[in-house]
Amino acid sequence: MAQARGKVTIDTEECKGCGVCVDACPPKCLELLPGLNPYGVHPARYTGMNCSGCGICFYVCPEPGAITVYRLIAPKVAQPPMEGSHAATL
Amino acid sequence: MDEYQVIESKSPVFYDKYERKAELQHQTHYCPGCGHGVVHKLIAEAIADMGVQDRTILVTPVGCSVFAYYYFDMGNVQAAHGRAPAVATAVKRSNPESIVIGYQGDGDLAAIGTAEIVHAANRGEKITIFFVNNAIYGMTGGQLAPTTLVGQFSTTSPWGRRPSNEGYPLRMAELLATLEAPVYIERVALCDNKNIMKARKAVRKALELQRDGAGFSFIEILSPCPTIWKMTPQEARKWIEEKMLAVFPLGVFRDRKLAPMADGVPQTTVTKLLGLDKPLEVVTRPMAVKDSQPDLTVKIAGFGGQGVLLLGQILAEMGMREGREVSWLPSYGPEMRSGSAHCHVCLSKERVGSPVIEHPDVLIAMNEPSLHKFSKMVEAHGTILYNNHKLPAGLPPCEAKIYCVPASEIADGLGTTKATNMVMLGALLELTHTLPRETALALLKAKVRNVKLLDVDCQAIDAGMACLRKQLGSSTDAHAHDGELAPCS
Amino acid sequence: MRQLCKGNVAIVKGALLAGCRSYYGYPITPASEIAEAAAEYMPQVGGTFLQAESEVAAINMVYGAASAGLRVMTASSGPGISLMQEGISYLAGSELPCVIVDVVRGGPGLGNIAPEQSDYFALVKGGGHGNYKNIVVAPASVQEMADLTRLAFELADRYRNPAVVLTDGFIGQMMEPLELQAVESVQPEKPWAVKGTRETRKNLIASIYLEPDELEAHVRKLEEKYKKAAEVESRHELYRAEDPEVLLVGYGITSRVLRSVVDMMRKEGVRAGLFRPITLWPFPAEALRHAARRAQMVLVVEMSTGQMVEDVRLTLDGRVDVEFYGRTGGNVPMADEVCKELTERMGMTAEWGV
Ligand SMILES: Cc1ncc(C[n+]2csc(CCOP(=O)(O)OP(=O)(O)O)c2C)c(N)n1
Ligand code: SF4
Ligand code: SF4
Ligand code: SF4
Repeated sequence: MAQARGKVTIDTEECKGCGVCVDACPPKCLELLPGLNPYGVHPARYTGMNCSGCGICFYVCPEPGAITVYRLIAPKVAQPPMEGSHAATL
Repeated sequence: MDEYQVIESKSPVFYDKYERKAELQHQTHYCPGCGHGVVHKLIAEAIADMGVQDRTILVTPVGCSVFAYYYFDMGNVQAAHGRAPAVATAVKRSNPESIVIGYQGDGDLAAIGTAEIVHAANRGEKITIFFVNNAIYGMTGGQLAPTTLVGQFSTTSPWGRRPSNEGYPLRMAELLATLEAPVYIERVALCDNKNIMKARKAVRKALELQRDGAGFSFIEILSPCPTIWKMTPQEARKWIEEKMLAVFPLGVFRDRKLAPMADGVPQTTVTKLLGLDKPLEVVTRPMAVKDSQPDLTVKIAGFGGQGVLLLGQILAEMGMREGREVSWLPSYGPEMRSGSAHCHVCLSKERVGSPVIEHPDVLIAMNEPSLHKFSKMVEAHGTILYNNHKLPAGLPPCEAKIYCVPASEIADGLGTTKATNMVMLGALLELTHTLPRETALALLKAKVRNVKLLDVDCQAIDAGMACLRKQLGSSTDAHAHDGELAPCS
Repeated sequence: MRQLCKGNVAIVKGALLAGCRSYYGYPITPASEIAEAAAEYMPQVGGTFLQAESEVAAINMVYGAASAGLRVMTASSGPGISLMQEGISYLAGSELPCVIVDVVRGGPGLGNIAPEQSDYFALVKGGGHGNYKNIVVAPASVQEMADLTRLAFELADRYRNPAVVLTDGFIGQMMEPLELQAVESVQPEKPWAVKGTRETRKNLIASIYLEPDELEAHVRKLEEKYKKAAEVESRHELYRAEDPEVLLVGYGITSRVLRSVVDMMRKEGVRAGLFRPITLWPFPAEALRHAARRAQMVLVVEMSTGQMVEDVRLTLDGRVDVEFYGRTGGNVPMADEVCKELTERMGMTAEWGV
C-alpha cells in the first residue's frame, strides 16, 4: 500500500471530542474513539489511512494545539515550493 | 519510508501551557465546537506569520472570550463590557508602534458597546476589531443579543425574537460601512472549511493593514455557539449556513485606502507653553505703600456682553501685578449666554478668604436690573458706580453712596460701546486710588493687540476718571496724581 | 512666575508639569475649561487630547492609556462622574494609576451647574462596585488646583490607584494668582505596563479573579495598600486651631468661608479654629482627633446635606458634639450665616451681618 501523503496526530488531552474535524475531513480518515479520555469525551483520532495532509482538520478544530498535520517531504522530483507553509486553501 | 514534516501545528503565539488558567491548562475554556477557538487560531497564525508578536496587544471583552489572555502570548489588556474599542483607542494612541486588536462578542460590541465601536470606527482609529457574532449572549447563559435572529429563542425571548418587541437583528458590518473612516470591513463565517479559509484571509488582511498604518479594520465573524443554540457542533455550523447567512450576508463592505492626513499642530515645550520662560513685569510697590492701601472688594454686574467679566479680570490682574492677593469669581453657565452676568473681585494684603463677596465695598452696576438687585448688599460705607446719568425711579433706599457714570454713553462717544467697561474701570480707579492708572495701561498694552482699540480703551479709562473726578469735586484732590497723566499709548 | 489663572486651567498646567500628556474627556459645565485647556495644550507638546463619545468611553480610554504606563487624566462633573464609576472600579481593580477631576455641580439628576460638594460619597467612599478606594485631594485655591493635581499624579503612581481631584464649580471657575515651577516631575518606571514590546509581552492588565480565594487575596492586597496610604498620606491644614473651643471643619471652597468665620468669631471672643482636610481619602483622622481634643463643639460645614460629616463623626466617635450646617443647590454658605448658626448652637446671641 502506498504511503499516505499526509498524516495527523491528535493530542487526546486537548481534544474535546466535538467531532468537527471528523466531519470536515474530505477523505474521512478521522474518527472519534469509542473510549473516553480522562475528561469524559471521545477524542478524535487518525484512522491511519488516506490522509492527504490538506490541513482542513487543523483549521476547523477550535483547539489551538489538538491537531498537528504532517505531509510527506516531497521526493527528489522538483516541485514548486508551497507558498508559506499552508496548503489548506481550497 | 519517506519522511513527514509538520505543516500545521499550534502557533507559537499561543502559550505552550495556559498557566493563567486554574485547571486543565492544556486546553481552552471554550465549549466543544465553539467558534472562538477557531478565531483565536486564525489571529495567532497571522500574528506569527507577520512576525509582530512582540508588538501586538490584545484587548479582550467581557463575554465568553474574556479569558483570551490565557492563551495569547502577547500584551493583554482586559476591558470592561463593551468598552474594548475605547480602551484599544487609547492603548494604540499610547503605543503608536503596536498592533492593537480588539476582540468582542455581539452583546459586547453591538449592545452595550454600540457607541464605542461606532465612534472608534468613525475616528478611524488604527486598530483592528474582530467581532464574533454568535447571535446570542454566551457567557451569561443564552439571553437575547442584538444580533439574535427573528424568531430565535433565547432565555429572554422565550417566544422567539419578536420584531414588535425587540426589533430586528443589527447588521454591524453594514452599519459601520456607512462611515467615512474605516479602511476595511468584511463579514465572514465559520460554517465550513471553505469559509474558514476566507475568514483566515480576512483576518490576515485586516492585521496587515494595521501594520501598514492604514486605518480602522473590522472583521465580523459569524461563529457557532453549539452550547446555547442547543445543537451539535455540526448542526451549529449548518445553522449558520442556513439561517444566519440570509440575515447577515457575507462579503467585503469596505476596502479602500485613505490619503495620508496631516496633523498640523505646532510643537513647543511645556516651559514655553506655560510661559515659565518669561518673568512677569510685577510692579512691586514698597511694602509701606502696599500696606497703607485698604483691601477692596468689588462686585461687577450687568448684562452678558457688557464686558463685566473682563473688567473683573483686568482688575484682578492689576491687583496681582501690584503684589496683592487677588481673586476673581464669575457667575457662570447658561446665564452668561442669555442674560445677567456678574463677578466678584477681591484685592487683599493677605490670603483671600471666601472669594464670594457678601457685602462689596464697591458695586459696579452696568445696568438697571443689577442696580436693583444688588444695591442693598453693598457695605454701609460703600460705593455704587451706576452706568447711567441718573438714578432710576423706585430704587429702594440704601446706605451706600451712588455715583452715576454714564459709561456706555461715554464709550459710544469714543466710537464703541465696547469700551463701557473701561470707562467704569477709570471711574473705579479714580474712586479708590487702590490701583494706579499706569498699571492698567501697561496691562492693556500687553493684552490688546489692536492698536486702535488700545487707544480707545485708554481714552475710555481717562474719560471715566474725569467723569468721577468731576463728581467727587475737591475732595479728591487729597489723593493727587503723581504729576501729569501720562499719554495713553 | 505669577500668572492670573482660572482654577480649571490650573489643573491642566499642573498636569503638564506632572508629565501628563494624555487627556480623554467629555464636556460638561463647570468642568469644560479643563478639556478646552487640554485640547489646546496637549497636542502642542506631543501629547494626546481626545474628546470621547461619552464619559463611559473617556474613562475606558483612560484605562487604556494607563495600561500603557502613561500619566493620563480626565475631568468631569456629577452626571459624568456617575457614568465613569464602573470604569473607575476597573482602574482600581486593575491597579492602574490615573487622575480624575470632579468639578462638582448641583445634583441629583441634572440638578444645576452651580457649585456643590455633594459628590463626596460618590468618590471618597468608592462609588463604583467592589472593595476599593480612590485617593482624593480637595484643593481650596487655584494654586492648589495645580499643586494638588500634581500630587494626585504622584500618589496615583505610588499606589497604582486612581486619584481624584475633588473640587467644585467655584474653585474651577475662579481666577487667582498661580505660581508654577518650571520643573517637571520625574516619573517612576512602570515595568507592569503593556507597551507592545518584547519586555512587556507577558504583562496582563485585568481585574478578573474567578477563584474566590484568588479574588480575596487580591482584595486583601489592595486593602494593605490602602492601609499603608492611610498611615502616611493624609494631609490637612489648620487655621488658628491651637486652642479652639469651637472647631470648624470644611474642605475646598467652604474652608475659605470658614477662615473668615474663624476671624469673625475670634473678634467676638469665641476661640474658633479651622480644620481643613486636604486629602479626603485618606481622611486625616488622627490630626482631626488631635485638633478637636479640647473643643466643646465641632461644626462641619459642607455644600451638601451632610456627607463628610459622617467621617468627622466616625473619627471623633462621640467624644465631642459634632454639629452640621449645609447649603445646597449652588448656594455657598456665607460667613455671616455660619456665624449666626454657630452662635445659636452655642446658645449665644450676637448680631451678624446686615
Ligand atoms: C456592565 C455589565 N453588564 C452586564 C454584564 C454581564 N455580561 C457578561 S458577558 C455578557 C454578554 C456576552 O455576550 P457576547 O458579547 O455576545 O459574548 P459571548 O459570551 O457570546 O461570546 C453580559 C451581558 C457585565 N459583565 N457588565
Ligand atoms: S489533513 Fe486533511 S485529510 Fe488529513 S486528516 Fe486532516 S482533514 Fe483529513
Ligand atoms: S475538532 Fe479538535 S477538538 Fe474537535 S474532535 Fe477534532 S481534534 Fe478534537
Ligand atoms: S457558550 Fe457558546 S460562545 Fe461561549 S464558549 Fe460555549 S459555545 Fe462558545
